[in-house]
Amino acid sequence: MPEKIFRVNMTDLSTSIEAVPDNWSGLGGRGLTSTIVAAEVPPTCHPLGPNNKLIFAPGLLSGTAAANSGRISCGAKSPLTGTIKEANAGGTSAQIMAKMGCKALIIEGQPQGDSWYSLRLTPEGASIEKEEKLIGKGNFAVVEAIGQRLSESVGLMSIGQAGEMQMAAANISVKDPDGHLRSCGRGGLGAVMGSKKIKFISLDAAGGKVEIADMEKFRAANKTFAKALVDHPVSQALGTYGTNVLVNIINEAGGLPTRNFSKGQFDGHEQISGETMHDLIVERGGKPKHNCHKGCVINCSQIYNDSAGNFKTSGFEYESIWAMGADCAVDNLDKIAEMDHILDDIGMDSIETAVTFGVAMEGGMLKFGDSDEMIRILKDEVAQGTPLGRIIGSGAGNVGKIYGVTRVPVVKNQAIPAYDPRAIKGIGITYATSTQGADHTMGYTIATEILSVGGKADPLSKEGQVELSRNLQIATAAIDSTGMCLFIAFAALDNATCLPALIDMINARFGINLTGADVTNLGMNILKTEHNFNLAAGFTNKDDRLPEFFALEPIPPHNAVWDFSGEEIDTFWNF
Amino acid sequence: MQVQVKLFAFFREGRFKEEGRELADNTMVGQVVDDLGIDREEVGVLMINSRHCQFETVLQQNDILAIFPVIGGG
Repeated sequence: MPEKIFRVNMTDLSTSIEAVPDNWSGLGGRGLTSTIVAAEVPPTCHPLGPNNKLIFAPGLLSGTAAANSGRISCGAKSPLTGTIKEANAGGTSAQIMAKMGCKALIIEGQPQGDSWYSLRLTPEGASIEKEEKLIGKGNFAVVEAIGQRLSESVGLMSIGQAGEMQMAAANISVKDPDGHLRSCGRGGLGAVMGSKKIKFISLDAAGGKVEIADMEKFRAANKTFAKALVDHPVSQALGTYGTNVLVNIINEAGGLPTRNFSKGQFDGHEQISGETMHDLIVERGGKPKHNCHKGCVINCSQIYNDSAGNFKTSGFEYESIWAMGADCAVDNLDKIAEMDHILDDIGMDSIETAVTFGVAMEGGMLKFGDSDEMIRILKDEVAQGTPLGRIIGSGAGNVGKIYGVTRVPVVKNQAIPAYDPRAIKGIGITYATSTQGADHTMGYTIATEILSVGGKADPLSKEGQVELSRNLQIATAAIDSTGMCLFIAFAALDNATCLPALIDMINARFGINLTGADVTNLGMNILKTEHNFNLAAGFTNKDDRLPEFFALEPIPPHNAVWDFSGEEIDTFWNF
Repeated sequence: MQVQVKLFAFFREGRFKEEGRELADNTMVGQVVDDLGIDREEVGVLMINSRHCQFETVLQQNDILAIFPVIGGG
């Protein structure tokens, strides 16, 4: 069926279906959400006001049989950073949305009054329904209730209590094939959904299918593509240890931010490592391998059970484990899993929230390593919306100000993730220049600096880092538009058959003739579109800087400092 | 000379996590990898004292050598 744009106006509670404008037809995922935000959202608007818009878009290949193509992109102006934002996640929603012929869902306006709503998407369009029963409930209760009310097979995107309360760390949860949750995690997009008074969005493709212009060519390209993914050793390690395989290597490299970014190595690294996690999962009858969407051939997710053998969490990621672990000096994986589960339920970004705890520990709100108090605060304060809970939910930057802390690891007010930019300098360029605040996924230089994938770069040297980050940020913007999981990048960096096969699949899907250069141009255009939105929102090159403490405080064991000048950083945008 | 060797991920299977080893002077990293029965093709990253190194790097007294397979995440 021809693709359409679904538009929902929450001010007058109306919905419409529109044809796809010509200049949006070649876009998907992040490319489309950022293009729509740039075209329709006033850059200076309040992110939680009626003029912001929340956009969902599946990728160009979502809903097809293409391996690893199940990412959904969500975009808006971020209430955390004030910049443009795109966060993507796995789960089943991207595939269902693509199969119903919905190229993008645009949610605009804001209802008057206190009523809450839900949206239902089908091939006939979007409809708005009042919701009462599930307001105030966590995401797991929503998944269960909607499974009973509609069907287990519908797609579901929802917010927990944090999103309802419009906390800047609130995320949007996306249901996976087993009723567990993935998250559009960063930048507070759950708060934007809460500001529109939408508790959840259900999706039912009703048997719809994505049309493929040249099925034979598509199948051949997908076979080559999937083989490149499966054959790459990184894919195999991800299926065994998950992303948490990184704890030990980043610790060994001296770049594992510990005790609120005061050290680069954590004494308890082994207890929270991927190796330990794998053994615990196997011992307790969990699953080391799990896919967050049908068609994933990497299986980096897992089912982590508690000591009694009951499900505790899934999608238990390195970033979350580092943040709640090393950064807060917690060396107990079960406590971290408990927090991961609570964060999924109340719907909060595990990076932002845990880095916030690290800053709060520095400020004296609680002690480093006190995971029981972290759990209590999440359950009794954050989920209940007490003043302290709202402070924690407002993010690391705010808590730093409230407690007078100078060691506050944020860029554009978004928490810096799991790699210290003093000891791994290329990632610092990504944090500084990303259009979305500090975010490792925007240009994952760790592959080259630490993992020796896609070449090598000395993590303690400045040489070549700006160019490395730029090239990766351009490539990532393009990949984020295809619906592909970013973990295809490891194979794409090392295997010459991988990217051409991906481009062949896009061409076969739409009956077009994109070249590698077109894809690079797409990435560059997306970055420029996002950057221009930020400039119009009031950001300048002076916002592309890391916090001062990185230049003042050497980090052990390398005793390195952040030593890029502003002028050096600004050369990033020379393209 | 004494060198501390650390193994990671599946390189630990049937071997060890961390072990002190007595080595002849001028031993190269690749020699330690070979002696452990690890296929060089499977090695992703080598570090001495938290800095990347090569198979050809010569070990020194009290070095800490870390051997990783090809891994990734993020």
